[in-house]
Amino acid sequence: MSGRYDQQGLPGPAPEERQRPRGRRNAQGIRIDPEAEAEHPPRRTVISALVEHEPGVLARVSGLFSRRQFNIESLTVADTQNDDWARITVVVEEPDPGIDQVEKQLAKVVPVIHVRELEADALARELVVVKVDADRPEEVHAITEMYGGKTLDAGPRTVTVELTGDEQKIDDAIDAFRQFGIREIARTGQTALARGETKTAVVPDHLK
Amino acid sequence: MTDHGAVPEFDDAEHPAEPTPDADAPSPEPEAGDEDRDPEPDTGTDEATERASTGADAVVAALSTAGVETVFGVQGGAIMPVYDALYDADDVSHVTMAHEQGAAHAADAYGAVTGDPGVCMATSGPGATNLVTGIADADMDSEPVVALTGQVPSDLVGNDAFQETDTVGVTTPITKSNTFASSADEVGDDVSTAFALANDGRQGPTLVDLPKDVTTTETTVDPSEPVVPDTVSVQERADDDAVEGAADAVAGADRPVILAGGGVVKGGATDELRAFAREHEIPVATTMPGIGAFPEDHDLALEMAGMHGTGYANMATTMTDCLLAVGTRFDDRLTGGVDSFAPDATVVHVDIDPAEISKNVEADHPLVGDASTVLDQLAAAMDASPDTDEWVGQCADWKTEYPMDYAVPAADSDEGDGAPDASAFPDDEPVKPQFVVEAVDAATDDDTVVTTGVGQHQMWACQYWTYTEPRTWVSSHGLGAMGYGLPSAIGARVAADDDQSVVCFDGDGSFLMTCQELVVAARENLDVTVFVLNNEAIGMVKQWQDAFFDGRRMASEYPWVPEFDALAEAFGADGFRIESYDDVPDTVEAALATDGPAVVDVYIDPTEEVYPMVPSGGDNGQFALSEGHL
Repeated sequence: MSGRYDQQGLPGPAPEERQRPRGRRNAQGIRIDPEAEAEHPPRRTVISALVEHEPGVLARVSGLFSRRQFNIESLTVADTQNDDWARITVVVEEPDPGIDQVEKQLAKVVPVIHVRELEADALARELVVVKVDADRPEEVHAITEMYGGKTLDAGPRTVTVELTGDEQKIDDAIDAFRQFGIREIARTGQTALARGETKTAVVPDHLK
Repeated sequence: MTDHGAVPEFDDAEHPAEPTPDADAPSPEPEAGDEDRDPEPDTGTDEATERASTGADAVVAALSTAGVETVFGVQGGAIMPVYDALYDADDVSHVTMAHEQGAAHAADAYGAVTGDPGVCMATSGPGATNLVTGIADADMDSEPVVALTGQVPSDLVGNDAFQETDTVGVTTPITKSNTFASSADEVGDDVSTAFALANDGRQGPTLVDLPKDVTTTETTVDPSEPVVPDTVSVQERADDDAVEGAADAVAGADRPVILAGGGVVKGGATDELRAFAREHEIPVATTMPGIGAFPEDHDLALEMAGMHGTGYANMATTMTDCLLAVGTRFDDRLTGGVDSFAPDATVVHVDIDPAEISKNVEADHPLVGDASTVLDQLAAAMDASPDTDEWVGQCADWKTEYPMDYAVPAADSDEGDGAPDASAFPDDEPVKPQFVVEAVDAATDDDTVVTTGVGQHQMWACQYWTYTEPRTWVSSHGLGAMGYGLPSAIGARVAADDDQSVVCFDGDGSFLMTCQELVVAARENLDVTVFVLNNEAIGMVKQWQDAFFDGRRMASEYPWVPEFDALAEAFGADGFRIESYDDVPDTVEAALATDGPAVVDVYIDPTEEVYPMVPSGGDNGQFALSEGHL
């Protein structure tokens, strides 16, 4: 006992004397070829959740996103055909493992009935209200027409228009309006349904 | 169970009863089975004296329906109606804790030891916020807990009323589910649902916030049996094709390792896991919550892996080519940096929570389902056993190379019966904490429940106690809440069988955070033995300062700690002290023999550190055996 008594720590081969594994994992815990760097790049997608319409659901969902540091672009929530349900549509930008986590963590929230990532061909729309300077009202009207929008208010100093469309169209329209001098913009964020016969949410029979 | 006269005086001062007329309730003495003081007959013939049934009665009825025997709590204004209803409850007893954090930890430990939800109760505002640490702890460790909190009357909610806190808002991120009870007719079902959710699938804490008007309003609605909401479904059986694929991976492995997590213990899968490991000769490492899933005295046991895991567990989990992980969330304290965690391994991940699959470590074979069910499926799907002779030999070599040794070679201190021999140690040297852990282990039965605080003492209690049974290790794993030890020992004591011993290892820093709960142990005469491994420091911080902060010991040394044996006696517990190796055998024996709470102030070697160690985010295979390796 004497030899070791004052010594701190434990006996055994030092770190550099040990066997080493050959492999490696990336930051997402995925095994990778040590020679290659394989990070999943983030991608933008639409997650749709059907939830029970009860107080606090939105707070739960938004709290979940901030707590788990999910990167969201927009979040919308509103009623559905059934008064007891609401639909939450979230645009997220995450690598594939992150998107998988968003779906699974949302599914664990008790009032969530169904959640899934929508297909690329889903019908996603956003509404924007744009208020611009009224110096060139005819040109503002022309651009509004071009994007299929509607003038909501035309005054001596401002013109306010509404437009709906997919994200790209809205971005393009806003770019086009910049020449007039944008005073304010309000965007709703995207809401979406799956195309055609495809169901946006699958409701279990016992909840129908 | 409790005597109102012993409720600590500060309680009234800190949480004064709300000065409203409806708070004018009889003195709350929730005494179970004390019929002498119950003026009301069971079947009311005198309608005038019969109290009408209220929301509070529905809450208590829901507790009875859920089979609750004990509630841990602290009184206060907004929860008084529920306490008043408990006054008449013959089948639900109440343990009055000194502080709500203690109530939550006690309920958590009760859940850990029994597997059934532990219940804690507190008033609104400070009562509820004091529960938060314990609820967060239960959430991190997936312990079943139901928290009931008083709330200001509904019409005052949102007005910043006296003792109002948005309890549902505060606890949303740390509960599986929580509810603001909105009507007396539904409050019983709210509580029943909270029990069902706490218990269902991956267990966890739930909370029901009880506004005072809801608990005082009359209702005739009885709560239903606990059932989970329709939107919740849990997958019990894994997909059969996935099981086949996983079985092939395990059978074809050269270097398989089973990693048993807390889900093995909570899922009641200990027998299945042990049988599987023995049948196929696969070494078993555990996570910290998985301690007890596999007997640590078995040849295949590698014990705990991770930051302060054994060298052999970390070598095996690093070098494995197939990791069968059951009921673990791959916490960073387990994995170290994920880039170097089991980097050659095909991962089979069994978990009842699909969100844990590939959250931190990608699962090549995800098996979502109940641990015992899936292990049965996997066992049935195994066509052959992997050839592990060489690998088991390698693991045995690692056990020899990296012994969990301290100060003296084990052979010199072990008489062969497992009991360390105090006479083999020099009496002028300070006592090594590991020796004390081994001595208490040797002096107690295998089914002894060990609880701990958080810090160095917790790691020594992991490393040097030989756990062989599930639900005998109770600790704050994920949250790492100092102060967990004593209140959890109280909860464990209430939960454990009468013939089971309950031992708490605590540190001086950890013990100081909740030592007021000694008053509860003394009042209730709870037989718990607390060993305070006293190094006059929050030692883990000090160890890190020495390793990573150039020894700048800011705020980590506690040279002013009280004499814990004297403190214990002031509370009405028995106090003991160990200052040298000679004191160890007799003092341990005497403290354990005490019928009631005992505290042993153990003066340990203040220079002793916890090794092996993997620094945060480090490579598990490169664990340090001493500071020089860091």
